[in-house]
Amino acid sequence: MTPVDTPLLIAEGLSKWYGRQLGCRDVSFELHEGEVLAIVGESGSGKSTLLRILAGLMEADAGCVRYRMRDGVTRDVAALSEAERRFLFRTDWGYVHQDPAAGLRMAVSAGANVGERLMAIGERHYGRIRGTALDWLTRVEIDTGRIDEPPTRYSGGMRQRLQIARNLVTGPRLVFMDEPTGGLDVSVQARLLDLLRGLVAELGLAAVVVTHDLAVARLLSQRILVMKGGAVIESGLTDQVLDDPREPYTQLLVSSILPP
Amino acid sequence: MTALVLCGAEKTFTMHLRGGLRLPVVADVSFTVEPGECVVLAGPSGAGKSSILKMIYGTYRCDRGAILVRDGDDTVDVATAPPRRMLSLRRRVIANVTQFLRVVPRVAAIDVVAEPVGASADPAVRRAAETMLRRLDVPERLWGLPPATFSGGEQQRVNIARGFLPARPILLLDEPTASLDAKNRARVVELIGEKKRQGTAVVAVVHDDDVRERIADRVVDVTAFIPKSAA
Repeated sequence: MTPVDTPLLIAEGLSKWYGRQLGCRDVSFELHEGEVLAIVGESGSGKSTLLRILAGLMEADAGCVRYRMRDGVTRDVAALSEAERRFLFRTDWGYVHQDPAAGLRMAVSAGANVGERLMAIGERHYGRIRGTALDWLTRVEIDTGRIDEPPTRYSGGMRQRLQIARNLVTGPRLVFMDEPTGGLDVSVQARLLDLLRGLVAELGLAAVVVTHDLAVARLLSQRILVMKGGAVIESGLTDQVLDDPREPYTQLLVSSILPP
Repeated sequence: MTALVLCGAEKTFTMHLRGGLRLPVVADVSFTVEPGECVVLAGPSGAGKSSILKMIYGTYRCDRGAILVRDGDDTVDVATAPPRRMLSLRRRVIANVTQFLRVVPRVAAIDVVAEPVGASADPAVRRAAETMLRRLDVPERLWGLPPATFSGGEQQRVNIARGFLPARPILLLDEPTASLDAKNRARVVELIGEKKRQGTAVVAVVHDDDVRERIADRVVDVTAFIPKSAA
């Protein structure tokens, strides 16, 4: 198989219990470079648990996550050395939290928030760091005149865009997103979604997006996993799952909302 | 070599929220389309014409039978193709003009049109998209605006431009001329003619008798595919 035919991320039989409570059960899928996968379901369906396991923020009780490193070798993420894990978290992966405060450092400037990820991979030249930060603020439509302000002075939408810039500045190949438009006003959501859609396409990013909003899934993803009670109950092309839902629960989800 | 073969394709919706009510849509759909040929699906409203197009594009799952798409030296069965294979077919082999444009906030008409072939920032792509918009009589002042506020006819012409821009072996058209005036209907007929001459296999749903007469090489009567249980 050529490298492009090899999946970037492979989830195999992932299960997680919280005591006697099921988090997720036997989830398997493959994600290729440049693909956007949406995980949809209600709160408590296990979608956030799954995302945290995939991103290495939580350990699975069973199963494994394998990732094709930049050298082309696919490795079990749990078995990586500390240095390799750091490389993934700081460079090759991004994680966009629903609450930007969880993904940003709120006390330092916007420029430092973006620059910090660059410094973590060895960039030391102040002028270059600032130049790259300015460039990224422009790309996420933040007024560069506000580069020295901390995110505490930013609106919710600006904070979320800053968090995205902070994640993408290192050129990751895979980004995890947990309800990226969750806490935002509808008017701000459209702008963020359009921005995400453009960046994902332009950079050829692979992404796993957890959302309860089927319109977000429709706009961003090519494929969908529908979760209920910790298990994946339906999966397929996004338009297929939304326009021809097969499972009772998916039909309920799709019919409960205005057409996405 | 045949571009598209449908062989015993069948679709039934099962409505779980209505006590598992089964809604047969089409059964035993069988026809072929050659390169350079336009097959028009005919039949009354509700006979399943649009559903057949959606089955070919993979938006509706096919419950039985096969939908074989020629992809270079390969043949892909849409009924069983994994999502990744299907996405690749949509990127390279099948172009699709839906009945209505799906409007995305903040995306300009020119970008909507350019998207299937590339980014409008690429000069060659942009020129091609502009040419297509001009041919479909979309006023230049609208190109930079999101189509949300356009009239129905303008939106449809943007949608047609988007579908006709990429050169793909198969083109699916769902009521492409429904809300167009005579002049633009003629343009679309002309564009379909060009596609056929380029060797594209076209499957179309059109209600307009005049348009049908001018584009169809063959008419497939969809009432033949009405499931027996529904008849």
